[in-house]
Amino acid sequence: MGYPHPSHAKETPVLSKYFGDAGARTFEGWVKRGGYEGLKKALGMSREQIIEEVKASGLRGRGGAGFPTGMKWSFMAKEVVKPHYLVCNADESEPGTFKDREIIRWTPHQLLEGCAIAAHAIGAERIYVYIRGEFTPEHRILTAAVEDAYKNGALGANVFGSGRRIDAVVHRGAGAYICGEETAMMNSIEGKRGNPRIKPPFPAVAGLWACPTTINNVETLSAVPHILMRGSEWYKGLCLSNPKSTGTKLISVCGHVQKPGNYEITMGTPMKELIYDMCGGMRPGRSLKAVIPGGSSVPIMTAAEIEDCPMDYEGIVAKGSMLGSGGMIVMDDSTDMVYQVMRLARFYAHESCAQCTQCREGTAWTTKILERILAGKGKPEDIELLLDLADNMTGKTICVLSDSCAAPVVSAIKKFRGEFDAYLSRMKRPATVGA
Amino acid sequence: MTDLVSVTIDGMTVQVPKGTSIIEAAKQAGVLVPHYCYHPSLPSPAVCRMCLVEVEKAPKLMPACVTTVMDGQVVHTDSEQARKARTGVLEFLLINHPLDCPICDQAGECELQDYTFQEGRDSTRYGDYAKRYNPVEDFGPDVLYVANRCILCTRCVRFMDDVARQPVLNVSERGDRAYIGIDEGQLLDHAWAGNVVDLCPVGSLISKDFLHKARAWDLDKSASVCTGCSQGCNVMIDTRDNTVVRLRPRPNLDVNRHFICDHGRMNYRWMNRGDRIEAPLLREGSRHVASDWAPALVRLGELAAKGGKAVVLASGNASLEALGMVKALLKSSTATLAVQLPMAESEEPLGGVPNLALRRERAANGDGARLLGYSTDWQAAVKAASAADLVILLDVTLTDAEAALVGGAMAVVVLGTLLGQELPAAQLILPVTTVAEEHGVFVNRDLRVQRYQQARTAPGLARPAWWIASEAGRLEPSTAAEAFALVANLVPALAGLTYGDLGLTGRVVRAAVPSPQGA
Repeated sequence: MGYPHPSHAKETPVLSKYFGDAGARTFEGWVKRGGYEGLKKALGMSREQIIEEVKASGLRGRGGAGFPTGMKWSFMAKEVVKPHYLVCNADESEPGTFKDREIIRWTPHQLLEGCAIAAHAIGAERIYVYIRGEFTPEHRILTAAVEDAYKNGALGANVFGSGRRIDAVVHRGAGAYICGEETAMMNSIEGKRGNPRIKPPFPAVAGLWACPTTINNVETLSAVPHILMRGSEWYKGLCLSNPKSTGTKLISVCGHVQKPGNYEITMGTPMKELIYDMCGGMRPGRSLKAVIPGGSSVPIMTAAEIEDCPMDYEGIVAKGSMLGSGGMIVMDDSTDMVYQVMRLARFYAHESCAQCTQCREGTAWTTKILERILAGKGKPEDIELLLDLADNMTGKTICVLSDSCAAPVVSAIKKFRGEFDAYLSRMKRPATVGA
Repeated sequence: MTDLVSVTIDGMTVQVPKGTSIIEAAKQAGVLVPHYCYHPSLPSPAVCRMCLVEVEKAPKLMPACVTTVMDGQVVHTDSEQARKARTGVLEFLLINHPLDCPICDQAGECELQDYTFQEGRDSTRYGDYAKRYNPVEDFGPDVLYVANRCILCTRCVRFMDDVARQPVLNVSERGDRAYIGIDEGQLLDHAWAGNVVDLCPVGSLISKDFLHKARAWDLDKSASVCTGCSQGCNVMIDTRDNTVVRLRPRPNLDVNRHFICDHGRMNYRWMNRGDRIEAPLLREGSRHVASDWAPALVRLGELAAKGGKAVVLASGNASLEALGMVKALLKSSTATLAVQLPMAESEEPLGGVPNLALRRERAANGDGARLLGYSTDWQAAVKAASAADLVILLDVTLTDAEAALVGGAMAVVVLGTLLGQELPAAQLILPVTTVAEEHGVFVNRDLRVQRYQQARTAPGLARPAWWIASEAGRLEPSTAAEAFALVANLVPALAGLTYGDLGLTGRVVRAAVPSPQGA
């Protein structure tokens, strides 16, 4: 539902059904709402059966990359030789994204149930939930839920009397965006500096403590109990456009819409419907200028590009951007695109882990150039320079943070060139860039 | 037999063992892929992104340091894409790198200079922003960290973590604010810490000992072997105008890989000492008179030809040639040969490299002496010297008590380097060269026979000890190579070996030698 707004008729509330319902937070409350039935069912199934069911549902990673979840699980060794681990990525830090926080805040047991099913499916006995450090109340809620789950046998040495051991550890991050990258997260859990690792080896081969590891996003794992309870056919049926994108997706809409919030849509819902119907459209007297559809790391879309764009993995890619994490930033005609892009670049410059040269130096330099343009001190050749730096920063580093900084810069220059030129030609008064 | 794979790099096809990285395979093909963070003796983090190369069929450029070769792979290190990526990295590295090359110790041997010269941009696009500033930090006994020059390759951090295994360095801060930090309250005081200076590809970690001492391009370099202990680490002696200014490790994967310990590194100032014996001194009555070599060699020849009981008291850093030729000189005597081997309390191992340590036996040629029949029972030999017909001292400094005992001999000949080694009672005091002033061979604790080369000219009339013995005894050798060949034939394990067989990295021989004293 479009929390904090009441559910819109065009939404499909599955994960978000109990947002705002504090009663769903407790173990008892969650069971009353049909919770933990999925886990009980899963415990009666074999690893392969669960993986097949999830594969058949078409569920894809909701953290941003959209990798098929069932396939990811099937990469884990059949024989458990070294311990297997499940890591739940709750380090939601992508600017514009705030869906996982709501899942944890209102339905922590929904997440824990999904975690336990996934752990069972990949042969793991231990779950690490890596929660963003700034999520203080959510951390408290999740920790209480874990205790509650242990007390009621949903976690522990003998989950619901099945003989299966599943433990959960809540690990709190320390505020670094990069720790949301899966290999950096593993380093962070191990107590090391949160630097992304070189792949290969992939986590399914050598992840946490060099053991086979699966990392899934909060939203992905939270969808799993529903798939087991209602079947893969039902989930697959939640599709309005491309059959490769199934189920529901939480979209965190922020920016210049009348009703920002978390909207749970069926995959393939037209983007216009989301913005104009569910979110109530633009503020009075304003018109849509640009949309960042999937968190700050994806290319910016223009108003024209969203005209007939379905909200699913393929639909947005066809328009030159990505569904990403579903963090949608809507900007109206009052927006200064140069300023917005500078803010994004500044974020990435601050969060670069400093390993790779292009990222460490490139993000900071890009920010400086954008600040200079805004301050009215830009040079005509700055545009070419920004594009060339972006090229040098794309596809050349260990992780994609550097690419994520370059993507919005390139797309903004390509689509809103006039705004850059206005500063460069001194047609526009310099802006205050702050610090 | 390891599996070989065939890979084509810049048009040259080479066969390399399976699992080889592209960067190492490229060396086989005669191609040096520019790099900063990669080092063959450290784990590869692939962070500098300088070694990105184009691999056919790969979707993007691959880091050559961590990408292993595959059979039939075709690699282009100099394609337009690869070159642009490198030029891009160089530009990124330079935007925050100070232009203080004129006062930087690394200038002339700086990889940032080299690659920028090779393929960097010819002008900056950075504009007039101030560069990142961090103050210079004193990391410990010999190491300064000039943060402004740092390119964050993290070689130093990895050396301390994985090789020295004393993890005191770290990357502090993030983004372009990052710098190398040292843990609170810690010092870079590991016995092998000085290697971080050599590992640093730029002038960020520098040696206080070498600070502003000489420009790299003014140095002459000579391959040598460290005299600090019996490990026999391969070193380079760097000289400027005949003065030794520093020792650096010379790679030898079987002995010291790319490292030397700080004890060895700092063990060079004595090579420049001015208080040297510079001319042969012959005793005339109660005093010594300087002379030319000819009368001195004649007198030594006469003393040696007399036969009787002879004692040689030699330094553990005397060359195999010197020890062997002195032995050959005394062939008509009953000779007691002894070598002085200082022993330290403990070893200082380098944890990450097997069989590499600063050894207790603090001399380079203990095993060479043992192979030639030299005893390590110094006290017994000194006692025997008091009743000997001839005592030859080879570059040793005796205590007063030892000198008194030696004074009881019929004749004493001092082959010495330093003033203070000469004895009033000596018949002859002859100036000899140090390890830095001669060609020679040491045998390390693993019986690796290794050559060292002359790095500076000897003062005055000083000559190699082997030459003195050879001339006095009218023996054949007139070059170090000939002396080695003669001496090698005195030892069954070395028989037939020549300088040519030893190469730059030495040769291990098999022989039974008495175990080192107290080890």
